[in-house]
Amino acid sequence: MYTLTDLTKTYTGKRQARVTALDSVSITIPDGEFVSIQGPTGGGKSTLLQLLGALDRPTSGSLSLGGTDIATLKERELGRLRADDIGFVFQGFNLIPTLTAQENVETALVPQHVAADERRQRAREALESVGLGERTDHLPSELSGGQQQRVAIARALVKRPTVLLADEPTGNLDEHTRDEIMALLESQWKDRGLTMILVTHDSAVARRAQRRLRLAGGHVQDITAA
Amino acid sequence: MFGSYLRRELLGRRKNTIIIAAGMALAVALVMLVTSLTAGVRAAQAEALESVYGVGTDITVTTTPAAPEEGQEGEGGGGPGGAQFDFGANDGEESDGTTSLSQSMLSADRGTETFSADALTTVLGVDNVSSATATLALTNTSFDGEIPQMSEDQQEQGSAEGQGGGTPPQGGPDGAGGSSFSVDSFTVLGVDPSVSDIGPLSSVTLADGRLLTADDAGQNTAVVDSDYATTAEIAVGDTLTVGDTEVSVVGTVTSTGTDESAANVYLPLDTAQTISGLDEQISTIQVQAASSSAITQVADDIGEALPDTTVNTQEELASSVSGSLSSASALVTSLGTWLSVIVLAAAFILAILFTVSGVTRRTREFGTLKAIGWSNRRIVGQVAGESLVQSLLGAVIGLIIGAAAMLTVTAIAPSVGGSSTTENAGGMMQGGPGGGGGFGGAGMGQTADTAVTLTAPFTPSVILIAIAVAVAGGLLAGAIGGWRAAKLRPAAALGSLS
Ligand SMILES: Nc1ncnc2c1ncn2[C@@H]1O[C@H](COP(=O)(O)OP(=O)(O)OP(=O)(O)O)[C@@H](O)[C@H]1O
Ligand SMILES: [Mg+2]
Repeated sequence: MYTLTDLTKTYTGKRQARVTALDSVSITIPDGEFVSIQGPTGGGKSTLLQLLGALDRPTSGSLSLGGTDIATLKERELGRLRADDIGFVFQGFNLIPTLTAQENVETALVPQHVAADERRQRAREALESVGLGERTDHLPSELSGGQQQRVAIARALVKRPTVLLADEPTGNLDEHTRDEIMALLESQWKDRGLTMILVTHDSAVARRAQRRLRLAGGHVQDITAA
Repeated sequence: MFGSYLRRELLGRRKNTIIIAAGMALAVALVMLVTSLTAGVRAAQAEALESVYGVGTDITVTTTPAAPEEGQEGEGGGGPGGAQFDFGANDGEESDGTTSLSQSMLSADRGTETFSADALTTVLGVDNVSSATATLALTNTSFDGEIPQMSEDQQEQGSAEGQGGGTPPQGGPDGAGGSSFSVDSFTVLGVDPSVSDIGPLSSVTLADGRLLTADDAGQNTAVVDSDYATTAEIAVGDTLTVGDTEVSVVGTVTSTGTDESAANVYLPLDTAQTISGLDEQISTIQVQAASSSAITQVADDIGEALPDTTVNTQEELASSVSGSLSSASALVTSLGTWLSVIVLAAAFILAILFTVSGVTRRTREFGTLKAIGWSNRRIVGQVAGESLVQSLLGAVIGLIIGAAAMLTVTAIAPSVGGSSTTENAGGMMQGGPGGGGGFGGAGMGQTADTAVTLTAPFTPSVILIAIAVAVAGGLLAGAIGGWRAAKLRPAAALGSLS
């Protein structure tokens, strides 16, 4: 469970210009919930996702995941948390271009020191679970966008995280592929009992979540009912 | 994962890998070649010096020849101690209108002035001189030929022109020149036959017969250089005409020395002095100091005791005599060093720039890896490993190119001439007999040619240097690239799409 209390993030840009990307955000996200976050550009969505994903520390306030206060963790402990508990899916897929699909998925198991045999086996299974069992030896450039995002999802899930964070996972895909990816994400969420937090501009995607949040000007607003 | 990621990366970004490896290969090959050439030149130089000065010689004592004075030239005598054939009007046998002449003479080398043998006693009296020996460098010149008889007119004319030193022989009875003669010369070195640890005899080895011994002092015995013996068809047991004396050849030797310390014929010193008429005269004293640290002091002391002589230490001679060899050495070492420093710096900068730009290009990649939990250490290790392997790949290619270059140098074996030439050309036969005026151009230069072939030896240390260079370059580029990668924020993975 995520507990955010007065979570604030300010960036000090060039010439000391300060931007408050998140302004005293206080919410809780229970385990296993599927949450979507919408909002205008610059509203702070990616910033919030970075904090939830332990990629960055808040400027003030507290943020705990399952009782651990992420705000106070050291760099190395943040890395550990990301390696074990958090799966990421990005808008641009972010696959390593020189590695095959199989190897890309394996990279997620490297920080966990999984033995090579088991690593290969699990990566293979993960690729099969996203429907890419036949494409393990392909390079990202040899795969379509939807296939690349499937590899990315396999990479995010192979380590069996508790949380799946996705920033515009369907932003680069056509409608048909978008629906396929959404179907995949939803089935994985259900099967694995994940906490899934998904940032999107697409209302069709956002509507599928259990809870819908809106971030604008650094302020959060629950729009599930709306 | 480290290995397969590294391999995929190097193969996947081939252009990058090739550029870094090629730069490193060039640097490695150049450093190898320069290192090896420097070693080769040093070896050649040491060899040349050893051959010039003989084993164990620290100091040489000579007298500088006085510059020929004006007016001396026309007298037909050349420089001091110069050779001059002196044929009287009635010398030789006349028949059928030609005169047969034959004369052999032994005289001091051109460009050398002799000095009193007392100097040796003085040198031996100087502190810290462990041994010293005197030598007398001479040249034996023999003239053998027939000259057509000429009218008084022709003779006078020829004589006058002969003094000019360059006129071809002219005027036989038929008007087309009927002279036939040969001039033969060989070098003679008067040596102390009882001294063999220093001086010319220290750098000869016996080929046939026996060496000169203390018992040969004053005897008309000689040992002949084996090469000269072959050319002149002389064997042990033969007699040889030196000056006006017949000496018996007791042995042949091969010399490891060159012209400075070697000669065609070696005579006992006193015999050489008697035949040449240079009694109690010597041309060089070779001195060995008690210790290398004493050389400078000994040289100074000898200079004080013998103010009229020139005292050279081997070190001084090394710079002056080895001539182009030492400049070749300086060129190879300085130019080569600078060239390799520049190429090395360029290769390193190239590797660093490409590694850093590679990291920048892979910002999203490394950000993603950090986002999925890769530690900084692992990412730095990956970057450093990649650049190290690229550099080592360069080292392997460089080793091959470098080895090929070194083999080529050794195969071509360019010769680096180290020479101290004392040109006496044109001075030898000036003012000879009328018909022989044309000899003026027959240079009898005294060239101490110490040409040495340059090699580029391929040694394990060269390979080690090549690998060290590549490892250093790879680690440097890897460290800088890795440092850049470590600084990347994991949030870079979410950065705007470029
Ligand atoms: N590293 C940074 N340094 C400075 N300012 C930043 C940085 N990251 C984000 N910001 C600023 O913080 C604010 C929130 O940015 P954020 O990326 O969270 O918005 P977003 O909601 O994800 O927008 P988008 O829909 O375009 O992705 C913006 O004004 C942005 O300019
Ligand atoms: Mg965003």
